[in-house]
Amino acid sequence: MLKRLLSNDMPRSRVLALLLLAVLLGLAFAPFIFPGVKALSVAAKILVFIVLVASFDLLLGYTGIVSFAHTMFFGIGAYGIAISASRLGAGWDALFIGLGASLAVSLVLALAIGLFSLRVRAIFFAMITLAVASAFQTLASQLSDFTGGEDGLTFKLPELISPSFEFADEPFLGVSLDGRLLCYYLLFVAAVVLVLALLRIVNSPFGRVLQAIRENEFRAEAIGYRVVVYRTTAAVLSALFATLAGAMLAIWLRYNGPDTSLSFEIMVDVLLIVVIGGMGTIYGAALGAVLFVIAQSYLQDLLKLGSEAASGLPWLAALLSPDRWLLWLGVLFVLSVYYFPTGIVGKLRARALR
Amino acid sequence: MKTDFDWTPLALVPVLALIALPLTGSLSTWLTLTVAGLAMGMIIFIIASGLTLIFGLMDVLNFGHGVFIALGAFVASSVLGLMGDWTGSGELWRNLVAVFPAMLVAMLVAGAVGLAFERFIVRPVYGQHLKQILITMGGMIIGEELIKVIWGPAQIPLPLPEALRGSVFVADAAISKYRLLAVAVGLVVFGLLAWTLGRTKIGLLIRAGVQDREMVESLGYRIGRLFVGVFVVGSALAGLGGVMWGLFQQNLIPQMGAQVNVLIFIVIIIGGLGSTGGALIGALLVGLMTNYIGFLVPTLTQFASIFLMVAVLLWRPQGVYPVASSR
Repeated sequence: MLKRLLSNDMPRSRVLALLLLAVLLGLAFAPFIFPGVKALSVAAKILVFIVLVASFDLLLGYTGIVSFAHTMFFGIGAYGIAISASRLGAGWDALFIGLGASLAVSLVLALAIGLFSLRVRAIFFAMITLAVASAFQTLASQLSDFTGGEDGLTFKLPELISPSFEFADEPFLGVSLDGRLLCYYLLFVAAVVLVLALLRIVNSPFGRVLQAIRENEFRAEAIGYRVVVYRTTAAVLSALFATLAGAMLAIWLRYNGPDTSLSFEIMVDVLLIVVIGGMGTIYGAALGAVLFVIAQSYLQDLLKLGSEAASGLPWLAALLSPDRWLLWLGVLFVLSVYYFPTGIVGKLRARALR
Repeated sequence: MKTDFDWTPLALVPVLALIALPLTGSLSTWLTLTVAGLAMGMIIFIIASGLTLIFGLMDVLNFGHGVFIALGAFVASSVLGLMGDWTGSGELWRNLVAVFPAMLVAMLVAGAVGLAFERFIVRPVYGQHLKQILITMGGMIIGEELIKVIWGPAQIPLPLPEALRGSVFVADAAISKYRLLAVAVGLVVFGLLAWTLGRTKIGLLIRAGVQDREMVESLGYRIGRLFVGVFVVGSALAGLGGVMWGLFQQNLIPQMGAQVNVLIFIVIIIGGLGSTGGALIGALLVGLMTNYIGFLVPTLTQFASIFLMVAVLLWRPQGVYPVASSR
């Protein structure tokens, strides 16, 4: 049963299995274990990032394609929900229409970019996506009567998943049973289903072909696989999953703006997470996203302590200031590309083999 | 290089200018826009030249190139800040005496950082494109954060020296003085690059090393050192370009490297990934297009370069001067 759920892709390392179990249980009972508004928001952000990063892993880790337009699809998903909910009102139909429309837009865009630039070298694709993504960001902030411009859009959702809705008077285990809780579990179920679907994809015969292309494109073509078709399909699938992740984000925040879902910083974050977690594993995306979001939310407090301790040396204090935490993450990223090219997950699996 | 030189892409620049002539309405407006576009193109060429050099010769895709541009601009702002009485005076020669050392220091610093960057970041990943993209992105993040540490995260003004402000009027067309300087510097950079690569022994060795590294090494030349030199020169050019770009924008933010990255990638894609001449044409086209569209349809200014890239790639999928490489 478990094997079928995980598509036969077991963790293959006891430590990894325990970590993944801890993440799963921690997220499943997050509202009850970690009470408080901030903690729940962090948990929800983790769920969104797990899906986003895992979908990027399908592209980078399994197919060996670097795309910088991943946040563009993420943004399309978030804007789809935001625009339809703010125009059609707070109903379930608006959600589904927005989701369907954004998936269609992502499909067409990913297909166009893929067919246009995947025929040539991988670096070409990286540069083209960078250019397209920056153009899209400009477009989103310029069409302000449609997207709310720089201010973004705030909108209402169906009553059932809004914070104001309470379906029980008595709090259960110290947690008030309201729409926010339901919304969190909606996200949780969506994240679990999507990650399992991604595992299914990468462990299918199709996924094996992607890995063959990653390892040796020329040979894969020679065996008779049409590399362009497979690559484009992978790019489209990855874009669709990213769109769903964007929709999850918009549903949770009930707000979307260019900085929330389209900024290049998110792209950089996703790249960092996928490499540090472990490329080509999907599980690495889950672990990496948890570590990253927790670090982003709580590590800065730690840095603040270090910065205050080092206040005698101004330059050290400047290096340790909480705003500079990306610097340390960047260093960690470079080191991990060199010394753990397989990331956390690869390292754990290698240890289990010894 | 046995084949005849391909003139078609070169004709694109005047063709684009001629297409714009009836659209802009008056001759003086057109002249102003065209000169402004060519000057902007020259500045873009200076920032892109280092990247196209490193990629064309060493096959290293440096996504961290933008950091060197930002570094050059910030170093120049510090140098110019120290020379306030030179930049504030109205005499042209005094201003140039202030600007040239700033350029020189920016190039030296960017070159030195490039040396370290090559040694610690790029050297272990020669020949692996995927890792190069990842690693240089990491280098870019680190560099941008360090710039924030040294110069602070806020925007810094970089005013033009007195005598370089204002415009010269030629036949009713306003041409700002700074742009004339930019064109001069750009032409010098292009001339030096073309001459070094095409007419000197060092250029010969570099080109031979690109063709067949082992053979050149077996003749007793240290290609490794030459290539490090190429990387340093590329970074120094980025520093110089950063000064020009910074003076053009007149204010600096630490994220400018990432913003410029998109622009220079478009330019080298149009140019054919690694051709110096192609990068020059690409940069001029982007500069002209941005200025014309900015005048005709201001809302589309941001997309001008993207349109251009798509149009060029539909015509020649590998760019205007594809660098033939079996790699």
